[in-house]
Order: sequence, then structure tokens, then C-alpha cells
Amino acid sequence: MTYQQYPHPTHGYPASGESQTAPVVAGWGDDRSASWDTPTAAWTTAPSRARVERPTSGEHLLDVRDLRVEFDTRDGVARVVNGISFHVDPGETLAILGESGSGKSVTAQAVLGILDTPPAVVRGGQVLYGGEDLLTMAPERRRQVRGQEIAMVFQDALSALNPVYPVGWQITEALRSRRGIAKADAKRRAVELMDLVRIPAAAQRVDDYPHQFSGGMRQRVMIAMALAMRPKLLIADEPTTALDVTVQAQIMDLLATLRAELEMALILITHDLGVVADVADRITVMYAGRVVEQADVHTLYGAPAHPYTRGLLASVPRLERRGQGLHSISGTPPNPIAIPQGCAFHPRCPYAQQMCRITEPTLLRIGRLDRASACHFPPEALDARHA
Amino acid sequence: MPVMPEPILRVENAVKHYPINRGLLLPKKVGAVKAVDGVSFELRPGETLGLVGESGCGKSTLAKLLMRLETPTAGRAYLKGHDLFRMRAGDLRRLRRSMQMVMQDPYTSLNPRMTVADIVGEPFDIHPEAAPKGNRDMAVRELLEQVGLGPEHANRYPHQFSGGQRQRIGIARALALRPEVIICDEPVSALDVSVQAQVVNLLERLQDELGLAYIFIAHDLSVVRHISDRIAVMYLGRIVETGTADQVYLRPTHPYTQALLSAVPVPDPTARARRQIIRLSGDVPSPADPPSGCRFRTRCWKAQPRCASEEPPLSQRAVDPHPSACHYAELHQVIA
Repeated sequence: MTYQQYPHPTHGYPASGESQTAPVVAGWGDDRSASWDTPTAAWTTAPSRARVERPTSGEHLLDVRDLRVEFDTRDGVARVVNGISFHVDPGETLAILGESGSGKSVTAQAVLGILDTPPAVVRGGQVLYGGEDLLTMAPERRRQVRGQEIAMVFQDALSALNPVYPVGWQITEALRSRRGIAKADAKRRAVELMDLVRIPAAAQRVDDYPHQFSGGMRQRVMIAMALAMRPKLLIADEPTTALDVTVQAQIMDLLATLRAELEMALILITHDLGVVADVADRITVMYAGRVVEQADVHTLYGAPAHPYTRGLLASVPRLERRGQGLHSISGTPPNPIAIPQGCAFHPRCPYAQQMCRITEPTLLRIGRLDRASACHFPPEALDARHA
Repeated sequence: MPVMPEPILRVENAVKHYPINRGLLLPKKVGAVKAVDGVSFELRPGETLGLVGESGCGKSTLAKLLMRLETPTAGRAYLKGHDLFRMRAGDLRRLRRSMQMVMQDPYTSLNPRMTVADIVGEPFDIHPEAAPKGNRDMAVRELLEQVGLGPEHANRYPHQFSGGQRQRIGIARALALRPEVIICDEPVSALDVSVQAQVVNLLERLQDELGLAYIFIAHDLSVVRHISDRIAVMYLGRIVETGTADQVYLRPTHPYTQALLSAVPVPDPTARARRQIIRLSGDVPSPADPPSGCRFRTRCWKAQPRCASEEPPLSQRAVDPHPSACHYAELHQVIA
């Protein structure tokens, strides 16, 4: 028996002059398909987007309604997200502010559909993106929305990046697998994306590995990766928490600039009241898996309505103030397995009354359309008690 | 002007270089990571010295040197007149009673298999001569009370506590031997804002009650401002500016201090338009190969040829009476 050459010269290939062209070599050095790919192709070619309807005017880009997420643990059921609702409009920056354990990261993961299930269970609610519910749509369709329409930047860039692949390869992974672009084009786009996020000498560094970058540069790589498919909504989960202040300022600047340049909406998840004040348009404050206050940034800082927001703002040390004794909120955030009855904040609240221990307050609109607080007492009543 | 009390801790030219070795069989020293490279300061009884700087500037290494958890390469450090860096193990152990440490991470710095009473009482096992005569449980209970924990917490294990409570346990342990100096290495960085304020207030109260001196290491400049009497700003293993809190925060003269202060996010959206952030380009250079002359010159917008050739000493500059290591020190107010 003889070995047959494969593919057999007379089989499979078209018997035309084309067969004489050089074989396609997969690799970074390949520039054969430059014809359709221009330097700005990543931004100008019509992307093969999933067919998600554009939000018609008046509709929110992302509309989360009464989302509930539970975790089954050995100690019991942890109610981490307890019916939260918020929305984001195209081009705006929404900050979700909360301390550790408030459920802010789980909310983001539920929106993207990257929760580990089990132990997590989405118990209810809707995540409407352009009118379609991400929670009930087919997995295949959801996969098209995720990454292409909604992308995420994670907190810890070092563990979110794969240490054994060059950064350029990772940045364009989605482009290669979703759009099937050639590796040479992918490399060119990786350089473009690295330029976009202001990584110096991008062309030289595209083949470097994550460990060869500093913390700030790694976070830029993460952002480039998230932007590769040019999403309409970027979710950034504590993007600067692990960074030094001077680098943090660079990254927040970059996110704000890119958001405006690319006309994205941005959801910024953070615990840092300083960062929020700098970039957010609107703020959603979370406590124990619930939304306790919603307002635009100036109103929230100028006239916080919920006692928790008030306490939080008062407990931030200020650079320009050297006061005697910081205000502090007594106690600690509740364990999600044993959330207090009634208002979850009542054990720590200086205004708490009997009704707070029994009835859970609903998120009620205060005055204007986009301003709400989940407290039994309107802000004027709290002011009066404070005085 | 009041007479300054004698410093309780005096550090002179502390140096810590970590060797970089190459070669498997015959390792050869090919260089050194200059983590701390000539740091001098004084700490007086009852005061708080804030040590700030970005990651990699050597502030945590300095803390470890002072506790002698690392062996210094050179320099001297006098604690109550005794040289910490040249002391034998037995004497060192006795002297360590005067200086204790609160660690950054309350999750890994407590032994998960020990009860709170064991953790807080362990210093008494190590230093039996300092242990309370008679009832040790009583002493532990008093320590817990001092940091705001109840006697019912004594028999629980660390995992049953929240981050803020664990940090209180760490503080109780540091207090056990009645030290005069406590080194706090990022004691509130791992805590939530609302809990962070509780721990900062606790540290301030204990200082008033017990007359403690703190070396407070943090990267959060707002917290440091709040708690510190004096500040030292570090960059790449050196102190670049030092002075009272008001001098450093309100009248900074070193460009690095100015950039650092300007970058701190302000929790006030109305300040957005007013704020002028000095944007530093690039990252901190490697401490294995620091720039010649002024170490900050590679990121400095004022750098001149002189900065590359001549290292600026940390000395009083004409613009404001506090030490700053810049040839071209000038006043630039960053905080409104």
C-alpha cells in the first residue's frame, strides 16, 4: 500500500490558474488580504452585527427591571440581587455605586450572562437590550449580543488576560472568531486598537505578553479588547481599583474620551465616590442587593436623599479638609444570607423607626423623573430630624 | 515655638537592595533592585508620620526594614537610642515590644485556626516577661474592649468576622505589648468606605488615649491627610518631599507631589470643571535601573539637562520652608 498524497493534486483544488498562487500561510506576517482591509477597517466596514433592533427613540439602550439573583450556598440562600431596576441611555455614563457585597458586580455579570450557574440562579426580572430580553433569548443569539453589543472591562487585568498569548492576539480574538478576519488583518487591527487606547509604540508591543506590561498598560489592553467589536455599551467593573492614583487618572480619562469618541454608553461599577463624581452622568446607589437611591450626579452629591448615601458621603476623607473625626456609619453591611427585615439599612441607620424594621421601603420617585430613593421618609423629613 | 520632644525613632540613610542573581549552578549577582535607597526621617512620640507614594516606591519595604522582617543593606535606625539595624536577636526581641505593626490585609494576617483570644494573646507567649501577671483572659478582654469588640468575640475564629472587625483584631494584637510606635501598613485599603472611617477613628482615639506614635503607610492621600501630622512622599526608594501635613498638601513644591495630589479624585461633581489634573506620562521606572540624577525626571514636565546629571538633595528650598528634592522647586497649589 502506498501513501496517498493529501490533498491529492487532482482532487479538491479548482483546476484553474489560481492553484499556482502561493499557499496561504497562516500567521502574523500574512498580508495577502489587504485588499478589503484598510487601516481603519475595524471602524468603517459594516460589521456583521447580530440583528438586534436599534432602540427606537424614547426607549432605553439597556433596561434592567426587577432583576433577582440568588446563590445557593452551604449556609443557605444568599439573596445577592433583590429586585433591582435601572436603565442606561445611548451615550450616557451610569455609575453603579456600592460597597463590597452590595451586589453590583453580580448585577453586571447577570446582565452579560456570565454568572456561574450554579451556584448562581437568576430568579426573576428582565434585562431588556433594545427591547429584547437577554435573559430569555436563545443562547446563540445572546452570545452575539455579548461582546459585539455589550462588552466588559474587568477589575484585575492580570488575571483576566491569558499569560501565554501575546496581547495583540488576545485583543483581536473576538474579531478572528466572530468575523473570521485573517490573522494579518487581525494584527493590524490590534495595533490600531492599541493606538486607540494610547499604548505607546503599539506596533512594537503587539507581540508582547501581558507580564511585560505595567498595571495601567494591562488595563488599556483590556479596554482595547473590549472595544474590538465596537460595542454600544461598555461595562467597566472597578476598572481602576488596583491602580495607583496617577495611573487611575489616566485610565478614567481614557474611558471618558473613548466613550465620547465612539458614542458608547458606559456603566461604571465602583465603590469610589471620587471616581464617580469625576465621570458619571447618573448614579445608582446599591445596598444589600437593592437600589437605595437614583439621581443625577450633581443632585446625589449636592442633596443626597437616602440616609445610606448621606452617611457614605460623610465618611469619605477629603483631601481639602482636615476635620476632627470622620463621620462613620456604625456596623457593617449585612450578610446576604441574613438580610435584615424591613429596610436592609435600618440596623445602621440613625433615622430608623419602628416601621423601618417591618416594612421594606419601595424605590419612590422624588420630584423629578430621574430621581428616586428607597426610604420611608422624604429627604425633608430627614433634614428636619437632623436639624 | 514649643520645644520639640526627642524623636522616639530616628532613621538614617536606610537602604535595602535585593540582589538580582543570574546563573543556576554558580549564581552571580548581576544587579540589584533598589527598593529603599537612602531614606532618613524622624518620628516623635505621639505623632503620626504619613508615608505616601505609588506602588513600588518602597514604602512597604521600609516598614519591613523597621520591623527587621527584612535585613537592611545599609543605614541606621535608632529606636529609643538603640540601633535596630545592628541588634542581636535577643535584644531585638525585647526592643520589638516598643514597636508593633498592623498589616494591610485583615484576611491573611490572622491565623484562621486560632481563636481571637489566642491571636490577641499570642504576643504574651512570645514575650512572657511582658505578659500580665495573673489573669491573662482579663487582659485580652480589655484589649478587645479597647478596639470596640465585645468579650463574646473572644472565642470565635477570624472567618466569623467582617473585614473591619478583623482589622480591629489586628490592632488589638498590636496593642497587646503596650508599644510606643505602631507601623500601620495600608491598614484601611482593603476596607469599604463606611468601615474605613470607623477604623481611622479608632486609630485616632487610641493615639489620644495611649500616646502612640504611628507610621501610617497608605496610597490613599485623603486618608493620610486626615490622620497625619507630618508627611513624607516617596518615589522610587527615596523621599522626595517631606514636611507638616499642611506644608505638603497646601504648599507642595516637588512636581511629583503636585501631580500625585492633583490626580486624587474629588468626591464633588461641581469640582470637575475647576480641577486641573497634572497628567504624568508613562509609568514608574524599574527600581532595578533607576534614572540617573533625579529619579523623577523621566516623567517630569520640568526636567532640564541638569536633572539627568545631578541628583537633587532633599533640602530646604527657598520657596517654602520644608525639604523638597527638586532643583527647580516651586510652589504650585493643587488643592482648592
